[in-house]
Amino acid sequence: MAGAEAPQIREKVVIRLAGDSGDGMQLTGTEFTRSAALAGNDVATFPDFPAEIRAPAGTLAGVSGFQLHFASSAIYTPGDAPDVLVAMNPAAFKKNIGDLKPGGIVLANEDAFTSANLKKVDYAESPLDDDALNERHRVFKVAMEKQVALALDGMGLSTKEIARSKNFWALGVLYWLYNRDTERQVEWIQQKFAKKPQFAEANIKAFKAGYHYGDTTEMFGETYKVEKAKMEPGVYRNIMGNVALVTGLVTASQKAGVPLVLGSYPITPASDILHNLAKYRNYGVVTFQAEDEIAAIAASIGASYGGAIGVCSTSGPGLALKGEALGLAHILEIPMVVVNVQRGGPSTGLPTKTEQSDLLQCMYGRNGDAPVPVIAAKSPADCFYAAIEAVKVAVKYMTPVVLMSDGYIANGAEPWKIPEPDTIPDIPVSFRTEKEGYQVYARDEATLARAWVKPGTPGLEHRVGGLEKDFLTGEVSYDPINHQKMCDIRAEKVARVQQDIPPTYVEGDEDGDILVVGWGGTYGSIHVGVEKARAGGHKVGQVHLRWLNPFPKDLGDVLGRYKKVLVCELNKGQLWRLLRAEYLVDAQSFTKVQGQPFLVQEVQDAIEAALKA
Amino acid sequence: MPLDPPDLVKLTRKDFQTPNDVRWCPGCGDYAILANIQKFLPSLGVPKENIVFISGIGCAARFPYYMETYGMHSIHGRAPAVATGLKLANPDLHVFIVTGDGDALSIGGNHMLHLLRRNLDVTVLLFNNRIYGLTKGQYSPASEQGKITKSTPLGSLDYPVNPAAFALGAGASFYARTIDRDAKHMLDVLEKAHAHKGTSFIEIYQNCVVFNDNAFEYVTDKKQKVEHALYLEHGKPWLFADGKKGIALDKTTMSPVIVDLEKEPARAEDIMVHDENDASGVLGHLLAHMDHPQFPVPIGLFRQSERPAYDAQVIEQGKVALEKRGAPDLKKLLFSGDVWEVN
Repeated sequence: MAGAEAPQIREKVVIRLAGDSGDGMQLTGTEFTRSAALAGNDVATFPDFPAEIRAPAGTLAGVSGFQLHFASSAIYTPGDAPDVLVAMNPAAFKKNIGDLKPGGIVLANEDAFTSANLKKVDYAESPLDDDALNERHRVFKVAMEKQVALALDGMGLSTKEIARSKNFWALGVLYWLYNRDTERQVEWIQQKFAKKPQFAEANIKAFKAGYHYGDTTEMFGETYKVEKAKMEPGVYRNIMGNVALVTGLVTASQKAGVPLVLGSYPITPASDILHNLAKYRNYGVVTFQAEDEIAAIAASIGASYGGAIGVCSTSGPGLALKGEALGLAHILEIPMVVVNVQRGGPSTGLPTKTEQSDLLQCMYGRNGDAPVPVIAAKSPADCFYAAIEAVKVAVKYMTPVVLMSDGYIANGAEPWKIPEPDTIPDIPVSFRTEKEGYQVYARDEATLARAWVKPGTPGLEHRVGGLEKDFLTGEVSYDPINHQKMCDIRAEKVARVQQDIPPTYVEGDEDGDILVVGWGGTYGSIHVGVEKARAGGHKVGQVHLRWLNPFPKDLGDVLGRYKKVLVCELNKGQLWRLLRAEYLVDAQSFTKVQGQPFLVQEVQDAIEAALKA
Repeated sequence: MPLDPPDLVKLTRKDFQTPNDVRWCPGCGDYAILANIQKFLPSLGVPKENIVFISGIGCAARFPYYMETYGMHSIHGRAPAVATGLKLANPDLHVFIVTGDGDALSIGGNHMLHLLRRNLDVTVLLFNNRIYGLTKGQYSPASEQGKITKSTPLGSLDYPVNPAAFALGAGASFYARTIDRDAKHMLDVLEKAHAHKGTSFIEIYQNCVVFNDNAFEYVTDKKQKVEHALYLEHGKPWLFADGKKGIALDKTTMSPVIVDLEKEPARAEDIMVHDENDASGVLGHLLAHMDHPQFPVPIGLFRQSERPAYDAQVIEQGKVALEKRGAPDLKKLLFSGDVWEVN
């Protein structure tokens, strides 16, 4: 038996699962990721699904994919090209086969390669039988649906119900192929389907049948094993960006001792922030599903005015609607956090795909001069820390802060070494109650923040509003000099956030041929691209900006230490423009707007090209 | 612990006045409303620090600047949403939303709809002058059809929104109409609104002396109002014209009809009797659609109904969540899900 042989050791493996939107590929991928993480691998994932809930079955538009990279060494991306492609139908095959590594494994659900399904994607005959394909890759055709039907025979399930378990069958095969322990998976299925014991039983049977199929057939010649990654000692969990962000917000609220109120309107890919925060009512969190994007931010403003940490979560189109209200928060000078989980734009754009094209909107998308601090998380787990930092700056400087994430890190996952709660510093917040000498817009000398006063505090009754106000009393003022002064001071206050930003962290070479600058969710691809370029003999540095407004104080100096600067981002050159404008640096731009993250190869090629330019 | 110990609070009208110059046009109806509110608030026994006025944009929206309480002049149409967030942060506050017909029914119509159906425990003061004042005289969504203004030189085409029908249709648990010049009536309505738990929606007919003067003359002019105003009192018949006329229900068309009791005294018992708490809501809707000039315009509390306020329910859910899920525990929060240890 093939399974009896010693498994071959692999350092890194990339698997892509692809099927119809209803085939359960996201679940299968998430579960296999969990097993890899629990087995001690480093993992990175990339769910890639269509905006339609159920696009027509069998079409290219309906293909949902999940890519998982797991390894015994540190990894930073979900991988460029898969080693294994699981294709549940011809559409999934067609859309993904071009990415598979030469020699890679195709595991295809042969039952779905019917003439009708082939026709839907313009195949005259099954591509699985193509000689060239079989020369290039190792193709395994399995009649998954028949196998599942055999396994579930006698359970009294309908054909449709039986077909639903085929993703667990495929998961079983993968468990066998990569020598995973099945026990916890079985437990998970039991818990997940506790209320529907019949489906629990069916899924467990299908899962085990897949596993045994691998074990007993001669089809696969070998199995593989990815050893534990060498990770820092500690307790880990596998975490998605949106979950990490919510965990960070709740932690920040607890560390500040101030309740959190979220105003939100459902929008892809930010809705999970609303869903997850709603679970923490017992942590003093109130979530308010507003009637629209504007109401969501207006409620956050009301909450902050009332003495809570007001938060709203949205994506690009939602932020566009929030522009006026964000300007109000800015001029009121109240602390709040606006989370923008970016997606492909403009307009409705590509709701489920990733992009970084909201940077300039976050920076400038308001009427008047209304700067706000802007921070961007660089990976799923980093969303936790970025959220805490956003809250900290918001309450310290009495300002709205924009916290940027993107669809890629929001839905992607990675192992996170969980910090001990005691190691996370408290966030100091003080509400003014002293009547003596209170002036509504009097400021702290260091931060220029005004005092936070809760309505309900005796003797401090005052009015705030969107009209320009006197620099001290806060009363409405149309005085020209006062307006200049207030615009200056609000801008200066945001600039002073620089005090809280550590010096620019340079990875790779401290000076040299080229500095590669990025921000947000592209960190992993750029990191590996830079490492490869360095391995190729170039002196390359990497700066990944966390704060986009303000920039770190020393950034100009750092940029000056390299012969060339290359800015990589998933837009048409937004950070590139900011850096050129701010530092008069002749930076080059490498961009991509395909709704997909950078491949490492693309970054590497861009660095090579920039060096030659 | 009750937030407002009434015996400790002895405030006067002056306590609610700010030193700011009030900048509405001379003769504006807003002055009378402001004076009334400042007169009314001391009677509540609520410390002024627990009172907040939230407004949007427009002439009416300047109101918070003139109130010595907490207040926010926010952005156009969004006051209901700001107030919602404020009440979620601190449900103990007494929150008033001050808005105009443009702010509440045009740009902010959506928010008003949802505020009313959620039944947040706040009081809405809709200053309805049926015109855009601050932008200098364009027609508003409450303007009558055919209104000639700068933006509609040939007359406005759109059919006006009916604030009463809108509010009651949206599920308002309290709807009343009053008039800027009728101080006594307004105070009465304000008291009832304050006692109501949930969104109290008060439409105030307010005269814009510059752009729409005497728009409500038929209910403000002493002579005209006798024939054109129907003052509602709980348990009393719908009578007007000094009791000489009343409103009955035509049972074949299910619509209100005017009965001249001088001509048909026998029909006195057909006259509808006002029930503020009418469970069906039918009376409120009948009143909402009685409009000038076909009918006398109802003034007073159309209807109030009891259902839990949104903020009260949020508090309740919080208590239940705390009981069921336990006190906040960061360790539990961070170390949740599948965790594994690396040595």
